[in-house]
This record gives sequence, C-alpha cells and structure tokens, in this order.
Amino acid sequence: MPETDHDDDVAMTSAGPEDHAPDSAAPAESTDPRIDLPGIAWKRVSPKYLVAGLVQLGIAAVIVCGLVAVAWLAWDWTWAGWALPFVAVFFIISIVVEPRRVRSIGYALRTDDLVFRRGIMFQRFVAVPYGRMQLVDITRGPVSRALGLADLRFVTAAAATAVAIPGLPEADAEELRDQLVTLAESRRAGL
Amino acid sequence: MNLTDGEWHRLHPASPLLRGGIAFVAIAGFVIANLRERLVEIFFHVPSYGDDPLDDIYARGLVGWALLAVLGVLIVIIAVFYLSWRMHSFRVTDDLVEVRSGLLFRTHRRARLDRVQGVTITRSLLPRLFGAAKLDVAVAGNDGNVQLAYLGSAAADALRREILQLASGLRASRDAAVLPPPAPGGETATSASADVDTATGAPASVATGIINQRVNEFLAPELDADVAPPESVVRIPVVRLIGSVLLSGYTVFLLVAGVALIVGVANDAVWPVFAVLPILIGSVSYYWNRVTRMLRYSIAGTPDGVRVGYGLLSTNNETLPPGRIHAIGVSQPLLWRPFGWWRIQVNTASRARSDGQNRDHTTVMPVGKAEDVSRVLGLMLPAFVGDDAALVIRAGLVSRGDDDYSGAPRRAAWLRPFSWRRTGFRAASGVLLLRHGLVSRHLAIVPYARVQSVSLSQGPLQRSLRLAAVQVQTVSGPVIASLDVADAATAVRLFAEAGADAVTYAASDTSHHWSTS
Repeated sequence: MPETDHDDDVAMTSAGPEDHAPDSAAPAESTDPRIDLPGIAWKRVSPKYLVAGLVQLGIAAVIVCGLVAVAWLAWDWTWAGWALPFVAVFFIISIVVEPRRVRSIGYALRTDDLVFRRGIMFQRFVAVPYGRMQLVDITRGPVSRALGLADLRFVTAAAATAVAIPGLPEADAEELRDQLVTLAESRRAGL
Repeated sequence: MNLTDGEWHRLHPASPLLRGGIAFVAIAGFVIANLRERLVEIFFHVPSYGDDPLDDIYARGLVGWALLAVLGVLIVIIAVFYLSWRMHSFRVTDDLVEVRSGLLFRTHRRARLDRVQGVTITRSLLPRLFGAAKLDVAVAGNDGNVQLAYLGSAAADALRREILQLASGLRASRDAAVLPPPAPGGETATSASADVDTATGAPASVATGIINQRVNEFLAPELDADVAPPESVVRIPVVRLIGSVLLSGYTVFLLVAGVALIVGVANDAVWPVFAVLPILIGSVSYYWNRVTRMLRYSIAGTPDGVRVGYGLLSTNNETLPPGRIHAIGVSQPLLWRPFGWWRIQVNTASRARSDGQNRDHTTVMPVGKAEDVSRVLGLMLPAFVGDDAALVIRAGLVSRGDDDYSGAPRRAAWLRPFSWRRTGFRAASGVLLLRHGLVSRHLAIVPYARVQSVSLSQGPLQRSLRLAAVQVQTVSGPVIASLDVADAATAVRLFAEAGADAVTYAASDTSHHWSTS
C-alpha cells in the first residue's frame, strides 16, 4: 500500500510541530488548553491500525465521492456538483487527521480501573472500574483481520459507557481480555 | 402455608381466566355483537329481519348438535385452562425463584434472589375482585422479570415478604420466627405430603367469611401491615395531583392548539376542527389516566427497602430494596415553581415492565413539596441524612449558586448564560450531587457504589473556554448525571476522585445482601 504510506508521511510531518508544542510549554501547565490526566502511562494502539483506518477511509471516500460524481454527471443533479468539493475536502481532512486520531487513542490499566481516551477535537476519557465490566468482546472487521488486528469492547450495565479499544494486535487483545475477565471476576460487585 | 420451602407450588386457580381475561371479554363482545339482533328481539320484542346463525340452526333442526358443539368447546376451554394451571408452577428456594409454565412451549425462568432489583405486587380491577394479585420479581435487564400471575392476595403479600427476607440474606432460622404459627387445625408445612399444593391463600370455609375477606382486601391500602409502617411519608392531595398534571408542557401545547382552533373557526376554516378536535378529545383521556394512575400514592420505608404504591382501582405496589436505586433525579419544571413542587425519578436496573399498562415505574414521587423531597431522599439514601444532608439537598434544589457546591467559572456563561452559576457538584458521604438548570431545576444524586463508569470530555468550544464536562454513567433511565460545564482542572479532579470513590464504595458495598451489612 504505497499510497497509505505516503499519506502517513505527509500527515506525520504536518502533525509533527503541533505535537512538540505542549512539550515546550510544559512548565506553564495552565496554558495547555488540552485536558490530560497526570501520571498515567498510556498504552497506544498498534501502528498498523492507522493502515486499517486509512484503508477504510479511502474506501468510503471512493464510494461516496463516486456516488456524488455519478449523481452530478449522469443524472444532472447540480447540487451534487456543489457538494462534491465539500465531500472531497471532508475526506482529505479526515485522512490527514487520521494519524493523530489513531495516536490519540490510548488506554491504561490502573490498579482498580481501566482508563480509556480518544479524540483530538472532542476529547473523551472514560474510567471503568474492573468490577463493573459485565463482558469483554473481541470483534474483527475484514480490514483489521487482514492486518491481524482486533477491537476490544467493554460492556457495563450502563449503555453510555461505550468503551471500545480498536486496533490491538490479536494476541494482545486476547491476553488483555483474559486479564480483564480475571480482574473483573476478582472484584465483582453486583450491579 | 409456606411458599418458600423450595417445593413446587401452583398459582391461584383462577389464574388462566384472569390472564386470559381480556381475550375472554373480547370473545364475549364478539358473540354479543353478532347476536345483537336476537338480543334486541328478546328484550324489546322487535322482530328480527336478518338471518343470524341461530335462526339458521333452528331452521335446520340442529339445536342438539349446536348445544353439543358449545359444550365441546367449553370442555376444551376448561381442559386447557386446567392444564395450563396444572403446568404453571413456581418455587422459591433459599437462593432462587423459579417459574415454569406453558403447555406446548415450556418456559422455565429462574432468578437469583441476591440479584433481585425489586418486587412489585399489581392488583388490577378484575383480579382484585377475585382476591388475586400479580407478583413480579424484577431482576436486571430488559424484560428480566419473573412473574407470578396470579396468587391469592394474602399469599402474594406473604411471598413478597419472604422473598425479600431471603434476598436480604436472612436464612431460614429467622424466617421461621417471623412467620405466624400455622392456623389451628390447618396442616403444617411439613405435613403437606403432596409435592405440590395450591397457593390460593383463601381457605373456603364459610361464604360470608370469604366475602368479608374480599371486602377487607379491596379496601385495605396495604395488606402487609406487620411489616410496612402504617403511615406514608408523603401525602399528595388530589388537588395538587390534578394541578401537577395540568401544569405541564402538554397543557401549553393544548392551549396553543385550542387557540388555533378558535382562530381557524373564526376565519371560517374547517380543517382545524378535524386537525385539533381529536387531539382535544384524546387529551381528556390522557389527563384522566395520568391522574387516576397516581391516586392514592404512598411511599414508605420498610426494612426491605422503599415501598411505593399507586392506584385507585388497579393498584400497584413496588418495593425497591436498598442498593437498587442507581440514580435519583429531583426536578422542577418552570410551571411548578410558583407552587414549590418537585418530582423524583430514579434509575433502576430492571426495565422489565411488561405489565401492559405502560406504567411509569421510574417516578417514585409524582409531585411533592420540598419537605417531601427530603423525606423521600431520606428513605432512599439511609446513609445520607441529618441537618447537614438537609442543607446540602436544599442547596442542590433551590440555590442560585455561590455556595459550597463547586460551581462553574464565570466564562461558562458563554455556554450556559443563565445557569452557569448554579451548575455545580458536591460530594457527600457516599453520594455525588450534581445540579443544573435555572429555568427548570434539576438535581441528580448518584450513590458512588452504583456508578458504572465515569467519563470526562471536552469539545473545541469548551477547550477555548478552558471548560470540560464530566458524566457519571449509571444504568439507563430518566436520570442523567452529568456536569456539562466545569473548569477544566476541576473536571479533571472530579473525574479522578469520582473514579476512585466509585471503586472504594463499590468494594465496601454489601447491599446485595442488605440485612447482613
């Protein structure tokens, strides 16, 4: 996949300076607008997940742009002609941002709970106590499977918890699942 | 009669009839509708002109066969009813409640008693006349209830008490002490040699005795007098109840619709009549249902949890054991503010509720004053009482801000122009209180021991204002515990503390067996 590698490089260089900015401004903590949790060693998802994300985005971009283009050229829907640049720009931005999005996903196993983070523009942190996990699910999409990746999803009694760690290497995912199930079992506390 | 001896018991003999009650009425209605000409003829001596099936049968001389067919159908119905009654049995052991039922498709449902989320006794009008009641043992999840329909009224009360006692962690020793001694001359539980006996709870001794019993059952608001305190802690005058139902957003909508109707008619338009009039007529039944459903409301604390009762003709009585309330929401719509009324709703883990009446089981107090709120909260949060708690709750309800709740900074006014000062949180002995809303006031109270997860989020707009939001996730329900705007550093601290406290309190929580705590 030469294309995706290329995209990756471009994105890396574009995102590079921004990543260094917080480090340089580290002493004045309050000037960093981004929220962060102190003292957590985040584990990141597999770099290969970036490939999966880009492939999926690429497929979606081709399909959606293709449909809009067909609507514009073959069926003479003029609004589709206007929409096409916007759709294209949306996908280009998504592809450019994808490496940062993937790097923003992280998780950490603390003594009593699992912490999960994701998002750049819309940041979200979730802490799930081990005793609250009702089940741990492993799912594999077609692209992920080709790359040997798996997604781990946690279900608690609250539907809003919605924690899913994407892009773990399959062996890691299974090991993590077994570890979490053991932890959940040892701290089980009703509902 | 001991229903919790671990043996299989049967339900009230009239159960199939009561469960099939609606179908029965529908069939009767169908027959009557088809034979109305004949009825008219019988009662008013108006000669009939149509040929209904009876004429046909009479003319062909098939009366005997017809009677035989009716008899056959009756026998089949009775046989099916009898068999379905025979096959429908339940048992309660020390750990489980089980129901098996069904003639062709057998179902077998089993619930663990330490996972019981609530026990509800429903007495609909028709079963009440038969002296029967429906017992629902709710466990977590959608449609996760074990239903015993129907039991004798007294048996249902006894069974509820025993199930709650077993669930609370008390074992047979105490059980035996609490149960009343067997009636003289009656058989004891041990001498019941048959492996299955009947849970009618109505010994057919003397006819007048039964009638007296029925009347007493019908009039008694709460049969379980030895367990429930006699007084409900909240009393809702009917006027307040009607007022609370009338002062809703729906009424505003109706008024707008009514104005539209008048304007339309004044301008000689016909369509508003067809568009609006059905809504107005339908709303009458809406108001009627809302009011009658909540008549005779009562709430009382029992050793086995909070008991909430509703209903005038069809009554409904739910017991929520300790530790089964995952979040409590106290709210006041704008229209209620002049009267100082509040509503209390809860999140519970069970959403079974297939009682066919769409009752709102999440409202534990439909309307009440601020004092009622603190009394009900005192029942639901036994560990959170006292003057301090009263002040904290008071502040959570009516304060405009600038008190011992951690409020949002002034820059949050960009996102919450009215309520930024009020939006805040406070942690207090095992619970987290989150308040927001100045126009319609809301206070959410979450016991830390029931928190499922905590999340912290920040969007671009919030980031530019150095704000963040915290949500405390509980099982789903009407109460949403979230702090939409807070200083970013405060939110991060709350996220960390709430997560840690949730773990601590959950580890020390013993409410699944509440009496042993």
